[in-house]
Parts: sequence; structure tokens; C-alpha cells
Amino acid sequence: MLDLIVQNPITSALIALGSLALIFGAILGYAAVRFRLEEDPVIQQIDDLLPQTQCGQCGYPGCRPYAQAIANGDAINKCPPGGQATINSLADLLDVEAPTLDAEHGEESEVKKVAYIREDECIGCTKCIQACPVDAIIGAAKQMHTVIADECTGCDLCVEPCPVDCIDMIPVETGLNEWKWAKPAPAEAQAVNLIATDRDTTGEAA
Amino acid sequence: MGSLIKVWDIPGGVHPPENKAQSLQLPLAKMPLPPVLTLPLNQHIGKPAKPVVQVGDRVLGGQLVAEAEGVFSARVHAPTSGVVSAIEDRLIPHPSGYSAPCVVIDVDGKDEWVPLERCDNYESLDKSELLGKIRGAGVAGLGGAGFPTSVKLSPRADHRIHTLIINGTECEPYITADDMLMQVKADEIVAGTLLLAKLLDHPDALLIGVEDNKPKAIAALEKAAEGTPVQVVSFPTKYPSGGEKQLIQILTGEEVPSGQIPASIGVVCQNVGTTVAAYRAVRYGEPLVSRITTLVGEALDTQRNVEVLLGTPIDFLLEQHGFEAKKASRLVMGGPMMGFALPEPSVPVIKTTNCILAPTQKELPPPQPAQACIRCGLCAEACPASLLPQQLFWYAQAEDYEKLEAHSLFDCIECGACSYVCPSHIPLVQYYRASKGAIRQQQHEKEKSDRARRRFEFRQERIAKEEAEKAAKREARKKAAEEAKRKLAEQKDDAPAAKADPVADALAKAQAKQQSPEAQRAKLERNLAAAKDRLEKAQRPLEPGEPGAEVTDEQREKQKARIKQAELKVREAEEKLQHLEQDRSAPKAPEANDTKPADDPVSAAIARAQAKMTMSPEDKLKSSLESLYKRLAKAEEKAKAAQESDDDKADALQQGVDKLKQKIADTLQELSELAPSTVAEPSSASRHTDDVASMAIERAKAKAAAMETMSADDKQRAQIESLKARIEKARQRLEKAEAEQDENVDAFRTGLTKLEDKLQQLTEDR
Repeated sequence: MLDLIVQNPITSALIALGSLALIFGAILGYAAVRFRLEEDPVIQQIDDLLPQTQCGQCGYPGCRPYAQAIANGDAINKCPPGGQATINSLADLLDVEAPTLDAEHGEESEVKKVAYIREDECIGCTKCIQACPVDAIIGAAKQMHTVIADECTGCDLCVEPCPVDCIDMIPVETGLNEWKWAKPAPAEAQAVNLIATDRDTTGEAA
Repeated sequence: MGSLIKVWDIPGGVHPPENKAQSLQLPLAKMPLPPVLTLPLNQHIGKPAKPVVQVGDRVLGGQLVAEAEGVFSARVHAPTSGVVSAIEDRLIPHPSGYSAPCVVIDVDGKDEWVPLERCDNYESLDKSELLGKIRGAGVAGLGGAGFPTSVKLSPRADHRIHTLIINGTECEPYITADDMLMQVKADEIVAGTLLLAKLLDHPDALLIGVEDNKPKAIAALEKAAEGTPVQVVSFPTKYPSGGEKQLIQILTGEEVPSGQIPASIGVVCQNVGTTVAAYRAVRYGEPLVSRITTLVGEALDTQRNVEVLLGTPIDFLLEQHGFEAKKASRLVMGGPMMGFALPEPSVPVIKTTNCILAPTQKELPPPQPAQACIRCGLCAEACPASLLPQQLFWYAQAEDYEKLEAHSLFDCIECGACSYVCPSHIPLVQYYRASKGAIRQQQHEKEKSDRARRRFEFRQERIAKEEAEKAAKREARKKAAEEAKRKLAEQKDDAPAAKADPVADALAKAQAKQQSPEAQRAKLERNLAAAKDRLEKAQRPLEPGEPGAEVTDEQREKQKARIKQAELKVREAEEKLQHLEQDRSAPKAPEANDTKPADDPVSAAIARAQAKMTMSPEDKLKSSLESLYKRLAKAEEKAKAAQESDDDKADALQQGVDKLKQKIADTLQELSELAPSTVAEPSSASRHTDDVASMAIERAKAKAAAMETMSADDKQRAQIESLKARIEKARQRLEKAEAEQDENVDAFRTGLTKLEDKLQQLTEDR
């Protein structure tokens, strides 16, 4: 055996390489079938970063379709509810330069809002229920409707279809539970008048 | 008993000026009753309490004003007697400067109390009763966090507590409230420690930890603890050894694992003030309505500790102590390291108010402007939790929350030691607090967005499913429609062959496109009528004969054959009609009832036929007798004519006449037989009608049963189909009515449009 290999080095090398190629090819072929991904995993990652308001301001019918569009090369600055924070994290994920929000799709609002139905005026047309992308409005035909504030994403989609204009977008009340300490102003912004005597002293003169 | 226990050291720590002497010069004072008390409903960690009094109610001291909501909550009691003047949002002592719901009591100065339930021998009570008393008194941690005490005293079953630590450290500068308490209520602290020990199944070690800068307190406690298993442990002063986790490390050498509670390593830690409050709640039934607070700072004339009712406005306290607003740089609740500036001096004292600091500018100058971090590492040396403050600062600035969590930001106790040592005066703790808040908010938002995503996806799925179902139904309907069309076409082909009557044929052609069962039935009715007519005619020629007239055998035979044929036809038609009736009976019964009214010529015919059928036998006989007489007259005429003309039919005709005569006689006899029993007649007749009615009822019932077994969709489909059929019929009727210039045309038309509307609505609903 050894003699045969030594005597026919080229043939044996070719046989060895050929069989290796076959084995790896088989393994790769199997893996390609066995571990095949249904969808680009980056879509899921993008979708996780989007705010899930399902508002459609980006022009797509929901956050996931927009995530798919981004994966296919659409711009990442079409999401007003997510704002600059979302754009930044998307840019981070996709390793691109973070653009500013495209004003064409709306402006970033500082306060979170939820829909509120003025229940006296509601005629029970169910139009808002059909419009709500997250089933956050309950009610039935000819019955009063109401918004489950905890589930409302503030997407605005229910306001337009209401025939009697009884839906308001009201800012979410920030109670003690939502309160958080503010971040101090950056050091650069404060670093003026370092010399104590230059400072405008308030209160009593020490 | 002295400190026989080994004392450990904690990493880091700082030694800020203590400034504790100022407030210890004067003894503990009791404050006069303030004019008004403001009791925030959330003086603790957890859910706000729920008010149980109403505006205008008079409350007595110790009376419950707000009930705890759930386990993580604490009751609120009235500290003295007065009238509830408001339950509304008021400014509360909180760094946010927010307002929160408060119960406001106008004090009447009488200080009348509800009777308190004393308990001289609490040893006899079981644990749940004791816990109930503590909970009922609204005791929450008085050290600073305000954690509901009863929760902390009921550790999980798998956490066996081996050490109870009573925290009398009070490491923060300026504050001496606990020091004063230990000096004046050492006995109650020791008794309270024993009470808590009972609640925790008698831990092995009962320790009271006190920093060595409080010699008077240590002496008092040691004296009180003599002869008890309680050990008073003093250890070197260092900030922040009073932190719960730090104190546990000092006294046991063990560290509380990151993200866990002390009970997980078998330790429970309670503040001395909380211990006294728990003891008084059990022993005297006293709710937590007052606490000792340090009033200190150069802006005050008198600096001392006072026992103050919860809810007392802080400006009232300051007034009592000669506060000079001009001198004060700010007003701080808590100490200089961890306290926060009060938004307004009008806020009330709450359960966690251990100190009110009114420093002058010189005493506590405003923070110097922050400069760049020079990476000196002093903060890392000072950190008692062994964190890397400058790394955290870096990531906090960059808002890199992942890295912050990786660097255990949530183990930071916000003691402020790092900020204290920072040569660049960077407000490090501010950064950590802000980052913690932001991370919490982010987590909350993430949770919310995940929920929104799930809901959205579920909705999409549901809509897709509904669509698919609708499409399937449409497909089924389409198929059914095609089937019906095909059948209709087949019927069309068959129809002409079946029609013998040219008139009926023409009618059938006219109605071919609307071959509803009703139409079929009408046709059959007509067929039947025509056949009967023919039968009559066939019978007629045989009857003309005069008594003497002759009718030939041949004629008779022919006539018989004809009659037979006609009878057969009549029977056939009747059978067919019956068939149709049966076919339709199950699904169409109500409709048949609906359409009975005689405004339709077709159904009029039916009605007539039915009327005939339902006639009483007597009437029937009478009418047949009448017709028989007529026929006899005619037959006699014919027979006479035949005889005169020597027709060979004369014999047959004569025979017919004889037969008719015989029939008349029979009928007469029958009639006479019936006459006596006329009483029975109507009943039989009505039985007959009853039968028809009950048949209709049966049919309706069968239909209802069928409807019930049908699914909602099938029902709808059946409804739509029957509606369609009705519309067809109505249209047909309308056409006829129009053709005949019926006066009811308008009524028909409105009925049709109504039906069409209904159909449209139904199809829209689907």
C-alpha cells in the first residue's frame, strides 16, 4: 500500500484530494439543506430595534415589512416614532453612517402619546377597531369603544377613520414611577469660569 | 456584652467631615402640633395606599386614613385628631418635584386618639398575628428606602435566617436621628430586636451594629442588652458602612451576591428606627405616625433632633428652629452625600425623612463645575461596591447601556463616595442614576414593543385566517351557483317534454328562467286541474242517454278507456304535486305559509284546490250531486239525439245515462246517510284542516331543527338562498300583477325591494 503510494505520488494525491472534496461537498450539501434559514436573520435584528408602533409612517404596513425593506437596502431614517435613537442603533447594526430623520415621514415627538376615545361621542362604528394594528381598541358595533391605554402604541392610525372625530391623542402622564434622574450636562458645556473669583457668585458673599 | 464578634472591613469608603456634634448638643425635643398635616399616600416603596376617609371626615389620632394596596404597600394613619380638608395632589418630598395624592388634615389641636390595642405579652402571639400588627401599623423602613417592614420580615421559606442585624450605623454626615434614638430608646430597640428575632425563627446571631463615633448610644445599648442574646457591635467609622450590604459585609464577612437580597445569604437587616416602630406597633398598638428627624445646618438657629409627626410641613419645622432663608444655600432632605434638594419648603415630613439639612453657602457650597476625567482612579479606590466608576462614567456618557450593565451598574448603591473624591468634580452618581433610569425605561419600552409586536403579528395572522375562510366560502358559493345553473339547464331541457298542455307549455317557457319550486308547483296544479277537466269531459258523453236510448258496447269501451286514461292522468298529476309538496316541505315550510295568501293567481289556484280538498264531505257530495244532475241532463240530451239519428253510440250513451242515474242515487243515499251525522262532519272537516295545519307546523319544526344543526355559516347561506328564492317568487308575482294590472302592484313592488335590501345586507354581512 505504502509502496503503491510512493510509486504513484500524483495519482494517489489526486485520489486523496478527490475523495476529500467529495466528503466535504457532501457535508456542505447536507448542512445547506439541514440548517437552511427561512429568512435573512438580519431582518429579525432590525425588527427588534424598531419601536413596533406599527404606525406605517415609513410607508410600509408595519414594522416588520419596513425591517424587510431595510434589509433589502431601503433608507434607515424613515421611522419617526423611533427617532434618532432608533436610527443610530440601526446604523450601528448595519455599520453605516447614521443619517438624520427623514422629515418627509413625520417628526419625532418628544412626548409619548396614546389614543383616547371621548366615549360620550363614540357612535360605535368599529372603524377605529379595524384600523388599530395592535388590537388595542375594544368595543362592538353600536357599542361604545375604548382604548386599552397600556397596549396603545400611539400610532395615530385610529384618528383618521373616526367619522365623528372623537379620538384624541393625549400625552402619556408621567407619574413618579416613570420619573428618572436627568443626565448631567456634559462636562464641556459646564467648563466655563473655572477660576472661582470669575464666577458669578450668588447668595451671600463668602 | 462587648463586641465579641470579628469585624470585617469593606473595600473603599471615604471619611467626610462628620458634622454630627451640632445637632447633639440639645436633647430630643417634641414639636408642637402643626396647623395642618399633609400625608402623602406613597411614603414607601411600592404601590400607593388607597384613602379610606373622605373630605370633611373628622379623624382621630391613630385612625387609618389610607389602606395598603397589595403586599408591597403600607398603611397611612392620622397622626393626630382633625378634619380631612382635602384629598388631592400636593408637592411631595421627592427629587422629581412632582405632586402626588395626599390626604390633608386640618389639625384641631385636641389630639384625641382612637383606643389603641396594647399587648403586654406578645410572646403568646403567633407569627402571623405579630406580622399583622406590624403591617397594620403601616411600618416601613425608616432608614431611607421605606421598604414595607412586614415584607422584609417574612422571608421566603427556603431562606433560613441565621443573622439579624439592627442597623444603627448612621454613617452619613450631619444626621444624628438614629444616634439620638439609640440614646433615649435603647430598651425599646433591644426589645424590638428580640421581637424581630421571634418573627425570624430566632436567628443564631442578633447584632446591633453601631459606628464607634456614637459612644453614648453604644453605652446605652450595651446597658439595655445586658442579659439578652443581643450583641452590640461597634466598628470603625467610615462612609458608607451604613449601607445594608456594606454593614452585612462588615459584621459577617459575607457579600450579598449581585442582584440578590440579603435574605438569600441568611441575613435580615433592619434600621433601629424601624425596630422601635415595629416594637411599639406590637406592644402598644401604636401606628407609625411620628419619627425622629435631625434639623441641622448653619442656616438654623437651633440645631437638634425632634420627634415630629408625619405630615408636618417642613417650613413649619424650620420656622420653629429659626430658619433664615437668606443664609441657606439650599434645603436638603437626607444627608449631604445621598440627600436631595427639596423643591419647596412646604413639603411634609414623611416616613423616610431622617434629616433636614439647611446649610449655608459656606457649609455646603454649590457643586463646582465638572472638568474632564483625568483617569486618576480615586473613584475606583473609594467605591464600596468594588465597581469601576470611571468606566461606568465613560459608558454613561456614551449611553452604552449594554456595557453599563456588563459593568454591574445596578450594584452601585449611589453612595456618592466616588463623586466626593473626584478631583474633577464630576457628578458621577448623577450619571449613574440617570443611566439606571434610562435602562429601566428602555427595558420597559422593550417589553412594551415586544408586546405590541406580538399583538400585531397575532392580528395579522387572524386577518389572514379570516381572509382564507372568506375565500373558501366564496369558492363554495361559486360552486353551488354553478351546480344550480347546471341543474336549471337540465330542467329546462326536460320541461318541454313533460308539458302536454300548450298553455302550460307557454307558461313554463315564460317561467323557465325562474324555475322555483313554487312555479313548478303552480304548473302541476294547473296540470291537475286540466286533467280533472278532461276526466269530466271524458265522462260526459256517456251520460246523455234517455232511459230508452242505446249505447253501443264499443262506445262504452272507448269511453271507459278514455275515462281511465284521464283518471290516470289526474292521479299522476296529484302524485306529482304531492311529491313536490313533500320535497319542499322540509326547507320551505314557513315560506309556503308565507306565500299562501291568495294575491298570487298561482297560489289562488292552489288555495281553491285546497279549499276543495278541505270541503266537508257533505258539501262535496252536494256539489258532486249538482254536477251529476247537470251531467245527467246533458247525457240524456245526447242519448236522445243519438237515438233519433240512429247512432250506433246510442246504446253506450244510454248505458252512461243509466250509470249516471245510478251514481246520483248512490250520492243521494250517501248524502242522506251523512245527514244524521252532520254533527260529526265539521269535526272531521276540521280534523282535515287541522291535519294541514299540523303538517305545516311539522314542516316548520323540521326546518327549525335543520337550522339548528346547521353551522352559523350554513344558516346564513340557507337564509340567503331562501331569500333569493323569495325574491324570485316576488318578482314573478310582481310581473304577473303588472301584466294583469293588479291593484296590489305597488305592494308587491315594495315587498320585492325590501327583500332585495335584506339579501344585500346579508351578503354584505358575510
